[in-house]
Amino acid sequence: MRPVAVIGAGMTKFGRSEWPLLKLMNVASLAALNDANLGDVKVDGVVVANMGAARLNKQTAIASALVDRLNLFPAMAESVENGPASGASAFKVGYQAIASGMADVVLVTGVEMMRAVNNLEVTDFVASLSHPEAEYIYGVTLPGLAGMFARLYMERYGVTREHLAMVAIKNHANAMKNPYAHIHQTVTMEGILTAPEAVVNNPPIAEPLHMFDCCPVSDGAAAVVLATQEIAEKLGRQVVRVAGIGQATDTHAVHERPDPTELTAVRLAAQRAFSMASLTPQDIDVAELHDAFTILEIAESEEVGFFKKGEGHKALAEGVTSLGGKLPINPSGGLKAKGHPVGATGVAQLVELTWQLRGEAGERQVENAKNAFACNFGGFGNNVVATVLTREG
Amino acid sequence: MANVDELEALLRPPELEMPPYPPKVITLASGEKMVVRQLDREEVPILLEAIYPLLWVERDYYDIVSARLFGELLAYKRYRVKNEYVLVGLIDGLLAGMVNGHMVDEKVGMSYHTLTIRRGLRVGSHLFAAKMEYHMDFLNQEEVLIVAESPIGFRRWMIEYPLQKKYEVPHELGGGPSWVLNKETYLAAKPRLVSGSRPVSTQLLTGAQTIVLPEEEKIVAQVLGGKGGDK
Repeated sequence: MRPVAVIGAGMTKFGRSEWPLLKLMNVASLAALNDANLGDVKVDGVVVANMGAARLNKQTAIASALVDRLNLFPAMAESVENGPASGASAFKVGYQAIASGMADVVLVTGVEMMRAVNNLEVTDFVASLSHPEAEYIYGVTLPGLAGMFARLYMERYGVTREHLAMVAIKNHANAMKNPYAHIHQTVTMEGILTAPEAVVNNPPIAEPLHMFDCCPVSDGAAAVVLATQEIAEKLGRQVVRVAGIGQATDTHAVHERPDPTELTAVRLAAQRAFSMASLTPQDIDVAELHDAFTILEIAESEEVGFFKKGEGHKALAEGVTSLGGKLPINPSGGLKAKGHPVGATGVAQLVELTWQLRGEAGERQVENAKNAFACNFGGFGNNVVATVLTREG
Repeated sequence: MANVDELEALLRPPELEMPPYPPKVITLASGEKMVVRQLDREEVPILLEAIYPLLWVERDYYDIVSARLFGELLAYKRYRVKNEYVLVGLIDGLLAGMVNGHMVDEKVGMSYHTLTIRRGLRVGSHLFAAKMEYHMDFLNQEEVLIVAESPIGFRRWMIEYPLQKKYEVPHELGGGPSWVLNKETYLAAKPRLVSGSRPVSTQLLTGAQTIVLPEEEKIVAQVLGGKGGDK
């Protein structure tokens, strides 16, 4: 297979968009294309990640629409829907097209416009990824699944609400340094946990998870331009090589797993990505994990191999995962504070890591980052895509 | 009519005795301390200045809430509403939000509006709770009549407390029929929704004496929140 590089990256500010879906997608795509500075080199493939445009925005076939708006004819184009892992799945499709020789340059764009509907409808929309007969029909939502997961995890591994709050505090602080983040608001342990007012400030959503344990509902788009490494070198760009991609699946219904605290698909996807990259978790300098709920950052940090099972919260408490720590996790603010427009999230993680590897992450730059890792978590861990990026040279 | 003063006396509604709202301090999620205190009539103009740029913000019904609140504040300043009061939330003196209401009679209160400038920290929720606290714990009223003009308000008041329907009683704001917070509902909701501590330290109170406004652009930006258009 041919080596593939990320040669352009861009995104919109996450949050609540005044723009329609297609404009969001266009703006992020143009930012990535401008960054790639392709000159005469043509884009011959477009892959768009999206989960809910058909339902939330009454818009289908958005990859074709993007080609039209950007005048990228006759590039091949397709949309990828893989729940919250759509972004990294689309990235994988783009990678495969180039690695296999079907294309030389592919634009991968993730987009979601979730705030077009009210909170109840958007919660129902996301819950539609759960098992229809075993979960959804009983009113189970993603916060509900995460709450049950967190309760079991806390009981088994000694994670406390204080540890969960540490994830939120860290990621909100990181997001303050990210102009593209949805939430620009620091939070403190006193304000969200220990003060008497925390009862009001941070109400329960799905015990033991409270409001500041959950990601916001966001609009946003992110895009990367992939190309053969040969083209990347010809264009004179700092080469960020796609070193490894792994994907794995698990049971649709969480209760069918032998141990619901084991995120098997996360572990397998990460192992496959590391194997392909010929790297280990210990080689990683910076990571973006799918912290839709604070407990997931802790759990994923263990499953992907950064820490032993049951020790992720200890590393967190010791500052290992903070900016300036040995392994900064979610320097972008993560889903928790950067925001989580579901179809865009997996691409946005890779945009952040590209900037980190190129040394362009501003105040949140991880010093001398060479290897980066992303985990894009679909369903409630039933379809996970892991990606390893490496800076060449 | 003998003179202007006599006419003015007739135009002013008769007032009931109204003990003041004792200030309190609330620790927000950010760790910042928000002082909640009652507004003096002389301070109304600065609130009008804060509200003015929001008259044209359609999002989350800020336009209608601001327009009505603007009128209610003028009515308060010039004594045209019976027993009206205004509470403000101030962080280091900076205006974070405001609420108002009035006493219909000794037993019944009426909530008017809640307007948050600093969003994302449940400032509106805290201030609305302070308003209910005023009616129930300090004015010793039996119930408060409430309507919501926005879906956010409906979720925060009608669902979160939860309030009870009292459709047979009209609300002065018109629109949707009245809902009511009674003593029983208030006491049940109080532990999870009413917070803050008293007395407020002299230092914090001094810092909250003079209301400082965020810049007009910041007021609108805070209210509008993150947009896709600025990056």
